[in-house]
Amino acid sequence: MTRLTVGLGTCGIAAGAEETFRSLEAKAAGRPGLQVVRTGCIGMCYQEPLVEVRTRDGARHLYGRVTPDRLDRVLDEHVGQGRPVAEWLVWTDRGGGSDQAFLARQHRIVLRNCGTIDPESIDEYLAAGGYEALERVLAGIEPDALIATITESGLRGRGGAGFSTGVKWRYARQAPGERKFIVCNADEGDPGAFMDRSVLESDPHSVLEGMILAGYAVGADHGYIYVRAEYPKAIERLTIAIRQAEERGLLGGSILGSRHSFHVTLKEGAGAFVCGEETALIASIEGRRGMPRVRPPFPAVKGLWGAPTSINNVETLANIPWIVLNGARAFAALGTEKSKGTKVFAMAGRIRHGGLVEVPMGITIREIVHDICGGIRDGRKFKAVQMGGPSGGCISSELEATLIDYESITRTGAIMGSGGLVVMDDTTCMVDVARFFLEFTQRESCGKCTFCRLGTKRMLEILTRITEGDGKESDIPLLEELAERVRQSSLCGLGQTAPNPVLTTLKYFRSEYEAHIVNRKCPAHHCQKLLTYTITDDCSGCMLCLKACPAHAISGERKKVHVIDQALCTVCGECYKVCNLGAVHRE
Amino acid sequence: MQQHRRYDLRNHHYEGEEGALIPLLQRAQQEDGYLRRERLVEIHRRTGIPLAHIYGVATFYAQFRLKPVGKHLLRVCHGTACHVSGAVELSQAIEKHLGAPTGETTADGQYSIETVSCLGCCSLAPVMMIDQATYGNLSPTNAVKVLKKRQKGERP
Repeated sequence: MTRLTVGLGTCGIAAGAEETFRSLEAKAAGRPGLQVVRTGCIGMCYQEPLVEVRTRDGARHLYGRVTPDRLDRVLDEHVGQGRPVAEWLVWTDRGGGSDQAFLARQHRIVLRNCGTIDPESIDEYLAAGGYEALERVLAGIEPDALIATITESGLRGRGGAGFSTGVKWRYARQAPGERKFIVCNADEGDPGAFMDRSVLESDPHSVLEGMILAGYAVGADHGYIYVRAEYPKAIERLTIAIRQAEERGLLGGSILGSRHSFHVTLKEGAGAFVCGEETALIASIEGRRGMPRVRPPFPAVKGLWGAPTSINNVETLANIPWIVLNGARAFAALGTEKSKGTKVFAMAGRIRHGGLVEVPMGITIREIVHDICGGIRDGRKFKAVQMGGPSGGCISSELEATLIDYESITRTGAIMGSGGLVVMDDTTCMVDVARFFLEFTQRESCGKCTFCRLGTKRMLEILTRITEGDGKESDIPLLEELAERVRQSSLCGLGQTAPNPVLTTLKYFRSEYEAHIVNRKCPAHHCQKLLTYTITDDCSGCMLCLKACPAHAISGERKKVHVIDQALCTVCGECYKVCNLGAVHRE
Repeated sequence: MQQHRRYDLRNHHYEGEEGALIPLLQRAQQEDGYLRRERLVEIHRRTGIPLAHIYGVATFYAQFRLKPVGKHLLRVCHGTACHVSGAVELSQAIEKHLGAPTGETTADGQYSIETVSCLGCCSLAPVMMIDQATYGNLSPTNAVKVLKKRQKGERP
């Protein structure tokens, strides 16, 4: 049987994979010996839609950008005559394909089943070794031994703070309470991070299995998955997975005939970034406004409905079954001294090959940006990488030798966060990036702490006026002072880390701030109000820009050099875009 | 609205019943397109949750709307990757084409334009979502093309 799989994660669907899938199903219907299967995200988002051909001999060939019109050739030449279509191949298991480098260096633990199994089929998960870890644990591993294994593996929370998962479980286990809870934090709110969505869409059972094991370890019989409403596909597949697991007796009362019971409830988030914070998340599940509270007591002692609660991130939980099956030592053998195992990074921004990359901790920024992801798009210059979302910061390309582990990243002023890496090139204005993040945190601040509520707003106002050319020299020290106050006087992580984007850009790109304030120029040519357009002598007088100008600010005759009246110019940039000769100068 | 009865605070075995408020609001919004005042009052009557508390929750979360929306909901992603890939220009082009600013509905009631913090399709940035369909790798020009096709009743 030849197996054809189509990647149907949200990214793939957005790139048209559903049409490819329908078309392939129709074409395959007339051919015997063909199995067409849906799968989740393979991780090569930039090559979507992706189709993998697995022939009878087990050989795997991955094709990129497979629009329905490419299917006939793949079916005729590869499946029919056994000759793969070389020019569309992106990866093969024999070391071929144009983008071999993207997958070759990856070490997949969390993403082990992503893009290979059908996420809507429990049988495929079982065939891939799914629920074996659960079976083994229920057959005779004591909760304390399980916690010891996880502690020994060195697994740290993948949601951002990086706290030891084993220790967290132990606290929750030891806390007195008649009833305990597990919460899976799938409120992936960091703009730029999408690994949790991908795992939930591609391998939902691995997260469920991790939760059941967490429940066993902690002594909880009920779990909640708090998932973003913006991820409809993830919700759909989780709902299917929960139903299937219940039907097979893997969820519910006395699992696999043991004394352990576990029930899972899905909770849709309602769109509040602050709910990624533990205590705010609990408030939201309880049906209140998602506002954080003072810790301690920590949720492990007093969490959901006042009961001991262990809150774990999606990626953390997906690691658990693998660690149980392969042992703590195998996991701890990967990574660096204090950051063990692998980490999934969501690569996006001005990069050539964006997608999901799972590598052992301790890889350098340079390796991940250049070697795995093919460097910067359009031959431009690598400028910075943003890590950790609104709580993180921008790391200058000069620090590209930095190792990616919790401690090294924290030393740069950014944070590991959930592992979103947004790569920036020389067209990105760093002041504008700082303004972008402050706009975000200012909007998402729940309003409880004064410094977070008002301080972020004042910082945003300052950054906005700098990008609009109204900055003052006193603005930089003022920003630094406000940053320190907001950091010190906020209750939760949102406020405490909100100044990070400003502080890191000031640290690495101070001259850009100064150029905006002193010279009234934006070195990246991004801030509209700081740009001036002029026409050089290269102008052929074709009148294109004259017609395109919405403000009628350009004058000139045919075949004579045109002139922009600066008093009328609205700096919209239309003339710059339409000129075929590059005769419109921007600075 | 018979289903609210199941969420009776007193009859539930655990104090956690209050947690039903957000799902109730979500269901109400799904049915009506927005949160009608009458619905909020009804939820208050059925559950006993104070109306002020319900209103507080409804206004806290970005998902809830207290005003009617257009037939289609167009959400432009303004996540980090989309921002550095031109989401601002994308929004401007969409606003210009539809003739309504972000946060408002077109005069014919067809489209409401919103921004969203991140749709999680960062490697396809910039991205927009119309109802449940996601469109990636957009430029201002081809975003308008998608809209024009939809307005003509074609599949983009």
